[in-house]
Amino acid sequence: MTTTAVSTGVAVRLEEVSRRFGTVQALDGLDLDLAPGELVALLGPSGCGKTTALRILAGLEDADSGRILVGGKDVAGVPVNRRDMGMVFQAYSLFPHLTAAENVEFGLRLRRQSAAARRRRALEMLELVGIGTHAARFPQQLSGGQQQRVALARALAIQPQVLLLDEPLSALDAKVRLQLRDEIRRIQLEVGTTTLFVTHDQEEALALADRVGVMQAGRLEQIGSPEDIYRNPATPFVASFVGLSNRLAGVLGADGVSVLGTPLPVLNASVAPGPVEALVRPESVDLTADPLADARVVAVSFLGPLARVTVSLPDETLVVAQVSSARLADLPPGTAVRVTLLPIPVVVSSPR
Amino acid sequence: MSRRLRDLLGVVPFFVFVGVFLVIPTLVVAIGAFLGDDGRATLDNVTALADGYIVQAFVRSIVLSAVTAILGAVIGALLGYALVTAEPDSTVRRVVTSACGVLAQFGGVTLAFAFMATIGLSGFVTLFLRDSLGVDIFAGGVWLYDLPGLVLVYTYFQIPLMVIVFLPALDGIRPQWREATESLGGSTWYYWRRVAGPLLAPAFIGSTLLLFANAFSAYATAAALVSQGSPIVPLQIRSALTSEVLLGRENVGKAMALGMVVVVAVVMALYALLQRRTSRWLD
Amino acid sequence: MAGLVRRRARRQAVLRWVVVGVLSFVFLLPLFALLEFTTRGPGDTLTWDTWRLLVDWPALEETYPVLWTGMKASFWLVLLSVALTLVLLVPTVVWVRLRLPRLRRLVEFLCLLPLTIPAIVLVVGLAPVYAWVVYFVGGSSVTLFLAYTILALPFAYRAIDTGLSAIDVRTLAEAARSLGAGWLTVMWRVVLPNIRSAVLSAAFLTVALVLGEFTIASLLNRDNLQVAINQLGKSSATISFAVSLAALVLAFVLLYLLSFVGRRRRRERSVP
Ligand SMILES: Nc1ncnc2c1ncn2[C@@H]1O[C@H](COP(=O)(O)OP(=O)(O)OP(=O)(O)O)[C@@H](O)[C@H]1O
Ligand SMILES: [Mg+2]
Repeated sequence: MTTTAVSTGVAVRLEEVSRRFGTVQALDGLDLDLAPGELVALLGPSGCGKTTALRILAGLEDADSGRILVGGKDVAGVPVNRRDMGMVFQAYSLFPHLTAAENVEFGLRLRRQSAAARRRRALEMLELVGIGTHAARFPQQLSGGQQQRVALARALAIQPQVLLLDEPLSALDAKVRLQLRDEIRRIQLEVGTTTLFVTHDQEEALALADRVGVMQAGRLEQIGSPEDIYRNPATPFVASFVGLSNRLAGVLGADGVSVLGTPLPVLNASVAPGPVEALVRPESVDLTADPLADARVVAVSFLGPLARVTVSLPDETLVVAQVSSARLADLPPGTAVRVTLLPIPVVVSSPR
Repeated sequence: MSRRLRDLLGVVPFFVFVGVFLVIPTLVVAIGAFLGDDGRATLDNVTALADGYIVQAFVRSIVLSAVTAILGAVIGALLGYALVTAEPDSTVRRVVTSACGVLAQFGGVTLAFAFMATIGLSGFVTLFLRDSLGVDIFAGGVWLYDLPGLVLVYTYFQIPLMVIVFLPALDGIRPQWREATESLGGSTWYYWRRVAGPLLAPAFIGSTLLLFANAFSAYATAAALVSQGSPIVPLQIRSALTSEVLLGRENVGKAMALGMVVVVAVVMALYALLQRRTSRWLD
Repeated sequence: MAGLVRRRARRQAVLRWVVVGVLSFVFLLPLFALLEFTTRGPGDTLTWDTWRLLVDWPALEETYPVLWTGMKASFWLVLLSVALTLVLLVPTVVWVRLRLPRLRRLVEFLCLLPLTIPAIVLVVGLAPVYAWVVYFVGGSSVTLFLAYTILALPFAYRAIDTGLSAIDVRTLAEAARSLGAGWLTVMWRVVLPNIRSAVLSAAFLTVALVLGEFTIASLLNRDNLQVAINQLGKSSATISFAVSLAALVLAFVLLYLLSFVGRRRRRERSVP
C-alpha cells in the first residue's frame, strides 16, 4: 500500500468556548486540548454540543466567546476555506455530479495541482481507503460505506492540518461500521493528522481514540484514555454514560461505600456521607447458585463468550451481572443465587 | 371470471373517461389537421401553416415565449434563492410560495385586468406618471394591448411559475456541499461555479423550457388583453374557431393546434429529460 | 464580536429582504391598482360601493345577472370537478399500485398528458365531443366539469402520487387484508386516512384551477366566473375588476391554507 507523505500533526486548543442558540446553551465554556497527531473522540448524548464544537473549530460556526488556537495561533479571523481542516460529515457530503475520483481531486484542484498530479494522488487516496477500483463511479452508484470512504479520502487528500469527523459512521450498518472504524484509525496513525472524532457511540469512541472526551450540556465532563474513562469515571454521569452500570443503594462512610454488605472504594469525592447510589459495573457482580439465598435469576441474555444475567433482589431491585457463558448452565431463570460484589472502585451519587 | 380480468375492471372508469375527454379530442385535432372540408385526407391545412400570417403568429408566439421564459427564469431563480435562505417553515416562504402558486396558474383574465388598471390608458401608474412626473408612457403609441404588453404581463406570471418549479431543485442543494467546498479551501464564487452551478444547471434549463411551454400555451391573458388582431397562435386559433366568415378555416385551426402540440411536446420532452438528471442529483 | 459566519448570514438576510421586498412591490402594484380602480369614485373620491355590492348577493344578482350566472356555474363546477377528480383518480392510482403495477407508467403518462396539450388545443378537439354531451345531457355550463377534470389531472395526480410514495400502500393493504378487510375497507379505512393531506392538496389545486379557468368555457360558449368577468369587463369594468381581485385573493387564501396541510421535508440547518 502506498503511504502518503506524513504531515506532522499540529496542536489544537479550545479555550473556554461558548455558544448559545436562542435559549439553548450549546457550548458552555468548553476546554479541549489535542496534542499533535492525536485522535480525540468527543462522546456525549444527543444535543450535548459535540457537533457545535466541531463546527466552531472548522469555522462553520461562530463562537460567542473563547479562543481557538491551531498550532498556537488564534484562528478567530480565519474563514473556513483558509483553515486547512479536512472534514467528513455524517452523510451526503459528496458532490453528486462528480465521480469518486473527481470528488477527491476537488480540493487538489483548488490547490492548483496539475491534472496529472491530481489524478495520481486521488487514485492513491482511494487506494488507501480501499476503493481504488471504484474511482470512476458517481456517488449514487456507491453504497453508504463506500461513500464515506470517498469522503474520507477527499478530506485526507489535501493533507489538512486537522481532520474533523462528525459521526462519519452513524449512517452505516454495524459490520461496515466496524470495518471502516478500524480503517480510519489505521490511516490516521499512518498519516499522523491531529483528529477530532465526534460520536455518540461509546464503543466506537473507546475503540478508536487515543483519548476520549465525555461531554454533557456543552461542557467536558472528563477526558482521558479509554481505559481511564471506563475504569475511573470521574462523575456519575460518565459512569452511567460509558458502559453499563447497576444503580445500587449503599451507605457512604469514611472508608468507602457499603453496598449489599460489601465495602467498596469510592472514585469521586464530592458526595456527602450517608445513603447514596453506587454505580456498579456488571463485571463487578458475581453470582453463586445457592438454594438458601434469597435472590432469584429472572432473565438471561447470551452474548457469545459472555452472558448477562439479571437477578432480582428480595427488595425487587434488579441487578445485572456479567458472567462467562460457560456458567449459564448453572443459572437458569428461577435459580436462587447469592450476589457478591468484587472490590472494584465505584462512583457514587446522591440518591435520586 | 379470472382474477386478472377483475383487476382490470377496476381501472375501466378511468380509461373510459380519459379516452373520451382526452384521447379522442387529441385524435380529433391530429386527424382533423389532415382532413379537408369534404372529409377527405389532404395536406392543404398543414401547407396552409406556411402562409405568411400563420408563420408570423408562430414566430411571435415563440419570441414571446422565449423572452418571457428567460426573464422569468432569471428573476424567478433569484427570488427562489432568496426564499431558500429563509427557514423552510417561515412565514415569508409560505406567503411567497402561495402567492406564486396563485399568480402562476390562476392569472388569466385577472392579470389582464390588473395591468389595464395599472398601466392602461387610465391606469393608476399611467396617471401617476403623467400627472406627477409629466411622463407619458404611451407617447410612442399604446403598446399594452400588443406584443410588448404581452411580454410584460406574461413575465408577471412566468416569474412565480419559475419559483414553484425551481424551488425543489434549490431545496435539494445540501448545505453540506457548501461546507465541504469551503473546508476543502473553496471560496463562495468557486462553490457557485463548480458545485451549485453545475448541479442546478439542468434544473434551471429544464424550468426555463417549462416556462416556454407555459407561455406558448397561454390563452386567457392574451384573449382578455388583445381584442384587435391575432398576433399569436392561440389567438389565431380563436379566430379560426369563431369566425363564420371564413368557412373551411376550421381545419386550419386544427393544423395550428397540432403545430402547437408539436412545439410543446418537444419542449416538454426535453424538460422531462433534464428533470430526470436533476432528480438523480438533487433528491 | 460578530463572527465571520454570522456576518455572512446577515448579508444573506439583507439580500433576501431586498429581493423579496422589491419583487413584492412589483407584484403587488398591479393588484393594488385593481383595488384602487374599484374604489375610484366620481371626481377622485374613494368609494367602497362596488365592494359593498359584492357581498350583497340579492342586489348583485339583480344588477349583474351575467355575473351571477357565472358565479353559480363556477360554484357547481368547483364541486363537481373536485368530486370527479378524486373519485376517478384516487381509487385508480391506488388500485394500479396494488394490483396492476405494469399499468403505472401508462396511467402516469395519461395523467400528465394534459400538460403537453394546451387548453386552447384541447378545446379544438373537445368541440365535437361536447356536441355529444349536449345531445345526451344538454348544454348546461356545468357539464364543463368533465373537461376541467382533464385539466386537473396532472396536478391532482402528482399530489396523490407523492402522497402514496410516502407510505407503503402495498404493505398497508396486505396487512389490512390479512386482518380480514375487504377492498372497500382497505381503501376507505386504511389508504385514505394515510394520504389525507395529499387528497386535500389535490382538491385545493383543482379548486384553484377551476376558479381560474377561462379558455375552454369561453371558446365552448359556456358561462363561468372568468367568462362573466371578461364579458363585464367591457361594459362595467369596476365590478368585474373587483370580482376578479376577490377570486384571486380567495385562491391565495386556499393555497396558503394548503401550505399548512402538506407536511414538508425538513431541510437541515443553514443555507445552500
Ligand atoms: N444552527 C442551530 N440553530 C439552533 N440551535 C442549534 C443549532 N445548532 C445546534 N443547535 C442546538 O444546540 C445544541 C447542541 O447541538 P449539537 O448539534 O452540537 O449537538 P450534538 O451533540 O452534535 O448532538 P447529536 O448527537 O444529536 O448530533 C442542541 O440543543 C441543538 O438543538
Ligand atoms: Mg451532532
